[in-house]
Amino acid sequence: MLEAYLSLAVKAIFVENMALAFFLGMCSFIAVSRKVDTAIGLGAAVIFVLSVTVPMNNLIYQYLLSDGALAWVAPGLGAYDLSFLGFLTYIGTIAAMVQIVEMTLDRFMPQLHAALGVFLPLIAVNCAILGASLFMVQRNYGLAGSAVFGFGSGVGWALAIVALAGIRERLRYSNVPAGLRGLGITFILTGLMAIGFMAFAGVQL
Amino acid sequence: MAATVRHALTDPLFNNNPIALQVLGICSALAVTTRMDTALVMSIAVIAVTALSSLFVSLLRNQIPTNIRIIVQLTIIASLVIVTDQILKAYVFEISKQLSVFVGLIITNCIIMGRAEAYAMQNPPSLSLIDGIGNGLGYGLILMVTAFIRELLGSGSLFGAQVLPLAAEGGWYTPNGLMVLSPSAFFIIGGLIWALRAWKPEQAEAD
Repeated sequence: MLEAYLSLAVKAIFVENMALAFFLGMCSFIAVSRKVDTAIGLGAAVIFVLSVTVPMNNLIYQYLLSDGALAWVAPGLGAYDLSFLGFLTYIGTIAAMVQIVEMTLDRFMPQLHAALGVFLPLIAVNCAILGASLFMVQRNYGLAGSAVFGFGSGVGWALAIVALAGIRERLRYSNVPAGLRGLGITFILTGLMAIGFMAFAGVQL
Repeated sequence: MAATVRHALTDPLFNNNPIALQVLGICSALAVTTRMDTALVMSIAVIAVTALSSLFVSLLRNQIPTNIRIIVQLTIIASLVIVTDQILKAYVFEISKQLSVFVGLIITNCIIMGRAEAYAMQNPPSLSLIDGIGNGLGYGLILMVTAFIRELLGSGSLFGAQVLPLAAEGGWYTPNGLMVLSPSAFFIIGGLIWALRAWKPEQAEAD
């Protein structure tokens, strides 16, 4: 049982890396990877929000939206399948959770809030967050599975952005052709990193 | 007036391309480009959602209270994406299966949110509609070019029809396996940006 979750986490972190294998969260991945410090901040915020929202959306899907899920409210409601409302609900949950997380951190952990503060609002529209929830529904993870998956994909994404930021800091001293500077070379770097991460593809636990 | 409309439509294609210059909406741009038919369906879906969301946000722009505008915009966009998803499931089920979660991810496609926030909130509905279509087209253009290169080199076909006869089937073309994997999309977009900036040097970054 434990091995299954460990294998799920390793798969989410390395093999099916959110950023490098599924291209999710690319907008902030490219925009916020200029400095390692900010990349670490955003990475930590993504891990945090993903570990909270994916299990949350899992509960909503299981007990409110999926086919026949409403049967626990009243037997007559068992006939409804509300899964088409999924997109709207997940994005609403994510936006609300981000807001709650921000307020809670502000109240109880002001230091952490000061470090993550500016990144939290950005995260509500990060494709990786919604993507993880959609993958969770598509792959039918249970509650524990989705918690592991959310945490794992967050760690994978954070790892990728911190690594990219490290390379870009080094790159400042290289002579890149004029048209390729900035965005262009960042894409090519990300491609090379994706090739590197493909080495994990055969990992079996 | 006519010039403004033309600019709203054509600027996003090359001069102010959402992917290549504004760095918006890359998330879904790459994953669906292994084949041209999925890329085409995705482009059409994004054009439709961008155009309609810009139109509706613009129509409501005087009614939306400023401090909750993001959530209102998200609701409009999410509803449009749900409709798009249902239409795709009804009429092109096979392709909608291949697009899997990426149709849903149109919601968080930054182009749509970006245009709603930056353009539709300040401009009248007709112009916003045109601007939405233009940005959708600029996105679709990059998507189609990437998909063209990836499908042609990766499997020797276009829209699923065999163009280059494969060596495995008695032809001469050995497909480039890297092209169907994710890293190639990054390289192609990087190359496209380079080409665009070599053509229009004013877009190059100082960094």
